[in-house]
Amino acid sequence: MENPTRDLERLYEDLEIKAVKIRKHIIESIYSAGSGHPGGSLSVADVLTALYFHEMRHDPKNPGWEDRDRLVLSKGHAAPALYAVLAEAGYFPVKELKNLRKMGHFLQGHPCMLRVPGVEMSTGSLGQGLSVGVGMALAGKIDGKSYRVFVVMGDGETHEGQVWEAASAAVHFKLDNLIGIIDRNGLQIDGPTEEIMTLEPIRKRWKAVGWKIIEIDGHQIPQILEALYRASRFREKPTMIIAHTLKGKGVSFMQGTLSFHGKAPSKEQYEKAMSELNLAEMFYKLRSKNNESQAVKPK
Amino acid sequence: MNLKLLNQNETRLMNLRDAYSAALIELGMKNPNIVVLDADLALSTKTKRFATQFPNRFFDFGIGEANMMGAAAGLATCGKTVFASTFAVFATGRSYDQIRQSIAYPNLSVKIVATHAGISVGGDGASHQMLEDIALMRVLPNMRVIAPADATMTRVAIYKISEEKGPFYVRMGRADSPLIFESCDWFEIGKAVQIKDGEDITLVVTGPLLSEVLKAQELLKKEKISARVLLIHTIKPIDKEAVINASRETGGIITCEEHSIINGLGSAVAEAVSEEAPCQIKRVGIGDVFGESGGPSELMSKYGIDSSHIAQAAKTLLKERKK
Repeated sequence: MENPTRDLERLYEDLEIKAVKIRKHIIESIYSAGSGHPGGSLSVADVLTALYFHEMRHDPKNPGWEDRDRLVLSKGHAAPALYAVLAEAGYFPVKELKNLRKMGHFLQGHPCMLRVPGVEMSTGSLGQGLSVGVGMALAGKIDGKSYRVFVVMGDGETHEGQVWEAASAAVHFKLDNLIGIIDRNGLQIDGPTEEIMTLEPIRKRWKAVGWKIIEIDGHQIPQILEALYRASRFREKPTMIIAHTLKGKGVSFMQGTLSFHGKAPSKEQYEKAMSELNLAEMFYKLRSKNNESQAVKPK
Repeated sequence: MNLKLLNQNETRLMNLRDAYSAALIELGMKNPNIVVLDADLALSTKTKRFATQFPNRFFDFGIGEANMMGAAAGLATCGKTVFASTFAVFATGRSYDQIRQSIAYPNLSVKIVATHAGISVGGDGASHQMLEDIALMRVLPNMRVIAPADATMTRVAIYKISEEKGPFYVRMGRADSPLIFESCDWFEIGKAVQIKDGEDITLVVTGPLLSEVLKAQELLKKEKISARVLLIHTIKPIDKEAVINASRETGGIITCEEHSIINGLGSAVAEAVSEEAPCQIKRVGIGDVFGESGGPSELMSKYGIDSSHIAQAAKTLLKERKK
């Protein structure tokens, strides 16, 4: 209160530390499962962290709260990232993350709303989440509720025709309570998106359909927070946040590569990834501590 | 059970779609959570009437069935009971994956009510004559499949499914169909209805084809063949007990449906019967072919699903059994 700049800095720092923690959970759970999708989970980690630990109104103690903001993870293969934020937020114990993809446990390879508290929609077959978000946003309009609906999509999945059906419907029904986020990491299983099936000019495409567009660096917490803040204030139109990201962000040998789209790390790779992330966590914590002590220093 | 059949010799016709839209409006008045969706066929499916009455709870998704199904799922997660309508061919074929992933898997209260199923669609031809919808829907876990036999039953079925949680597929044709029942207050999801007693053979039927089956039963009666008529309005979950009893008590079954003989009613009956009480079964339905343009009754006759074909199948089965 005395120092609003420091408060904001502190928020960014906390979220950055949280995001590293989320990345550690992602690596641990996929390593433990022996399979999964680290690349697209790591690329979306900052966005999900900002949403669940700052922007969204939700209550882990009451997952069915009627007025909660909803999030549909349309890129269902990033389930490890969603599970990590849900566990950290308190929807279920963090220790469950190690049971990802294991028989008899509830964390399915792709999100299943009937089994996992906090998961708003079962996803996995790409290109369907935005339609579901349209339905949720319509329900909010019918009921005169103020909740918002966030749909997190992969860039590759916007190849699907259904995405564009939903894009038109969201504009047609004036769903300003619907916010889409495209995790624009530029890579899909078979290669770079522009080599497989052109997405560019992605911004113009969405704009042409009638969406408000915000383009950001999807790893910069301040940019993510600002985009979410602005998106919620547009009226009469849905907003698409194009978040430019790096596949595998945060782990040197996964970053920007295709090889970890859908592959678990080996034991050595796991250890290397964890030591990198531990180092990053230590760095962020130290930086935060340092800034804190400077901020309280008497003049 | 107060099973009263109307006199089929003075047939009154009524469209199942009219009964559907009337039921929707009644439900809409009672329940503010009823939401109706369509995909640019609201005039044909008759959901337009609901739209006029409740414009805030009706959404036309244009020619985009996949998106409509996804949005239906989203609405259902927010406590809405969603009716999503379009032609059967688009409702099931065009958006199968959306139904599978976003509706059936999460077990959401989306009632897919499809019209224009079957070959009696007529003039539009094979592209619009959906003969595989029962097959596609009944294989999905959580999905229940209902084909009402007349308008009276349609109204009651729509009421009943609106009270049940989870997804349903309801199948209707395009044509006006004979009114068969005076009332259907006895209607229970999953419970077959024995329409006529009989000992020699059982005619199992689903949908408005019941009227042809009743004619076939009369034809057989003239030849001293006592045919039981069993109406399976709920193809899934099927009333196993009723079909097993039919097998045990009459020793032969003819299944009758305006659908492919592959994986429709005939297959469902065969699955139920063969595991516990096998008997000879003949499936009357559309063979493994696409239809063509023509008049509804011409097509029913050419593709072998009218009363004379049904009666013939029964006689053939009885002849083969005697050998």
